[in-house]
Amino acid sequence: MGRVELTRFPIIKSAVKNRWPQLAVFIVTLVGYLFAILAGLVGTPVGSRNFSIVFVWIAWWAILILVAVPFFGRGWCAVCPIPLPGEWLQRGAILAPPDKKPKWLNLRWPRALRNIWLQNISFLLLALFSSVLLTTPNITGIVLAAMLFAAIGLSAVFERRAFCRYLCPVGGFIGLYSQTAPIELRIKDKKVCVKCEGKPCYNGSSTSPTAPLSANTGYGCPWDVFPGGLTKNTYCGLCMECIRTCPYDNIAINLRPFSADLAKPSARMDEAFKAFIMLGSAMIYAGVLLGPWGVLKDVAYNVGTGAWLIYAMVFLAIIFIIMPSLFALCISRFGNLNAFKKRFATLSTALIPLGLMFWVAFSLSFVLANASYILASLSDPLGLGWNLLGTAKAAWQPMLTSILAPGQTLALVGGLVWSARTAQKASTEAQVSSVPVIAYSLLATLVMLWLLL
Amino acid sequence: MRSRLLLLLLVVAGLLVAFAPLPVRPITPQERTFRVDARQFAYSPSELKVNPGDTVTIQLVSTDVVHGLYIDDYGLSVEADPGQTTTLTFVADQPGSFRFRCSITCGAMHPFMIGKLNVGENHWLYRSAGLAVLSVIGFFPFSSLVRTKSKEERAMAGNH
Repeated sequence: MGRVELTRFPIIKSAVKNRWPQLAVFIVTLVGYLFAILAGLVGTPVGSRNFSIVFVWIAWWAILILVAVPFFGRGWCAVCPIPLPGEWLQRGAILAPPDKKPKWLNLRWPRALRNIWLQNISFLLLALFSSVLLTTPNITGIVLAAMLFAAIGLSAVFERRAFCRYLCPVGGFIGLYSQTAPIELRIKDKKVCVKCEGKPCYNGSSTSPTAPLSANTGYGCPWDVFPGGLTKNTYCGLCMECIRTCPYDNIAINLRPFSADLAKPSARMDEAFKAFIMLGSAMIYAGVLLGPWGVLKDVAYNVGTGAWLIYAMVFLAIIFIIMPSLFALCISRFGNLNAFKKRFATLSTALIPLGLMFWVAFSLSFVLANASYILASLSDPLGLGWNLLGTAKAAWQPMLTSILAPGQTLALVGGLVWSARTAQKASTEAQVSSVPVIAYSLLATLVMLWLLL
Repeated sequence: MRSRLLLLLLVVAGLLVAFAPLPVRPITPQERTFRVDARQFAYSPSELKVNPGDTVTIQLVSTDVVHGLYIDDYGLSVEADPGQTTTLTFVADQPGSFRFRCSITCGAMHPFMIGKLNVGENHWLYRSAGLAVLSVIGFFPFSSLVRTKSKEERAMAGNH
C-alpha cells in the first residue's frame, strides 16, 4: 500500500491552512484543561465524582490511547492546550503575523539536553506517583497546573515549544508510538526544499506587523524540526504551521501503512529506553492497579513510606535493569560496545508496537470498568451536588466486560505479531537474527496475558 | 499460493485454539461459602476458586467504610456497611475468570479495589497463551514465504 495525500482534498487542505478551525479546537481544549485544574483544586476530593479525574484519566486517556495515538499519532499534540499560553506570550500574538522579533529570551535549548531523557524522567516521576495522581483530584489539579506553568516558563526562556519537545511526560510516549500511526506530515519533493531560500518552514516568514496573515506567512516550526529532513513522526507535533508557511505548497499530510516509520529503526538510546519504560510501566500497572493483590495497591498508594520507597526501587529496577538486561542477554554477541549499543537500540524498535498494544489492553480494562462515571461527572463536574444534565445520579456500571478478555487477547496477540514483523525489519538492519527479540516479546506477552486475564 | 495456504492453516489452527471445545471433567456441584473481608482498597481473600455449577455464597464483611462487591459478567452485587456482614448467593454457571470490584465509592483507590473469581480453570488464559505461541510459530514460515514471494516479484519486474 502506498501513500495517499490527504491535503490533496480541498476541504482538508483549507481546514489545515486556515488557522481558525485549529484555534477553535484549542479554545475548547484550553477551557477544558483550565476547568480540570479548577475542578481538581476546588471540587470534591472524591475522585470518581470529580471532573479532573474522570475527564483526564478516563475520558481523555481513553481517547488518547485507544484512538488518537494508534490512528493519528501526534494528533493530540496538534490540539493540546498546554503550550498555548506560553506560545502566545512568546509570540506576543495569537493569530497576528510574526515580526521575527523575539519577545522573551529566545535561547536555544542546551545541546546536551536535545534528546528525550528529560521526558523519560518526567514520565517516570509521574508513573511512580501514579496511584495518587490517578485517584486524587487536587494532585491531578496541581500536576496539570504545574505542566501549564512549566510550559509558560520554558517559553519565556527558550525558543519554540521547548516543553513539548523536551519535557512533556505525555509527549515523549506519544512521539514514540506516533511512528506506528497511519498518518504523517512529510514534504512532497525534496528538490523543492533544497532550492528554497530562507527555509520559512523552519525559520518562519515575516511580514509587516500590520499586514494581515496571508496564506503563506507564518511561524517557524514550533517543534524545532526542519520538515525537509523529516523521516519519522517522533518529533513532528502536527501543528500544521509548516503547511501554512511553505511558499511552494510542498508539505502534505499523508495516509500511509501502519508503522511505516519503524521500517528504518532509530538507533538512539533515549528512544530505546522510552520503549522499555512504556512496556515495563504497562506491565507494572496491570499487576498493581488491575490485579487482585491489595498489598501492592497499598504500597503504591502510600507515597513516602518505606514500603513505597521499596516499590519505587523495584519499579525502576524492572524498567532500567531487569527488562533491558534480559533483552541485552537475548541479543548479546561478541563485539565492541558501540556496536552492541547500536544493536540494542535498533532492535528495541520491536518493543514499540508491543508496548502500544500493552497500553491498549491495559486501558481497555480500566476504561470500560469506569466509563460510566463520565455521565455523572458531566452533570456534576465539581461534585458539589449539581445536576446540570439530570445524570448526576447515574449508577456506576462496568461496560462491555464480556468482550474485555477477547479484546485484550486480540490486542496483545496482535501486538506480538506486529512486534515480530518489526523485529524482523530491525534485525535485517542490524544484521542479526530476529528470533531472540521475538522470543523476548513472546515472554513479555505471556506475562501480560497472565496479569490481565 | 503457498503463503495463502499457510495463512489459511494458521487461521484454522488459531480458531481451533481459541474456540475448540475442551473435554469437561464431570464434577459434582457443591455449596461453597467464602467470608470476604473488604477494607480500603483490598479484599481478603482476593481470589476465589470454585467449580462450574457450584452454589457460591459470599459473606461480605466490611472492616472500615461501606464497600460493595460487583462480579463482572454475572452482574451481581452486594454491599456491606462497616462492621456488618451481607450475603450474596448465586450459582456459578458461567465458567471462566471474572474480576469482582468495589461498587461503592470507598476512597481514593476505589476504582482499583479488585478481586478475582475463578470458575473452573481459566481456559481463556491458556487459549490466549496458545494463540500467542501459535502466532510466533506460524510467523516465521509465513514471513519467509512472503519475503521469498516479494523477492521473486521484484526479480521478475527487473527482468521485464
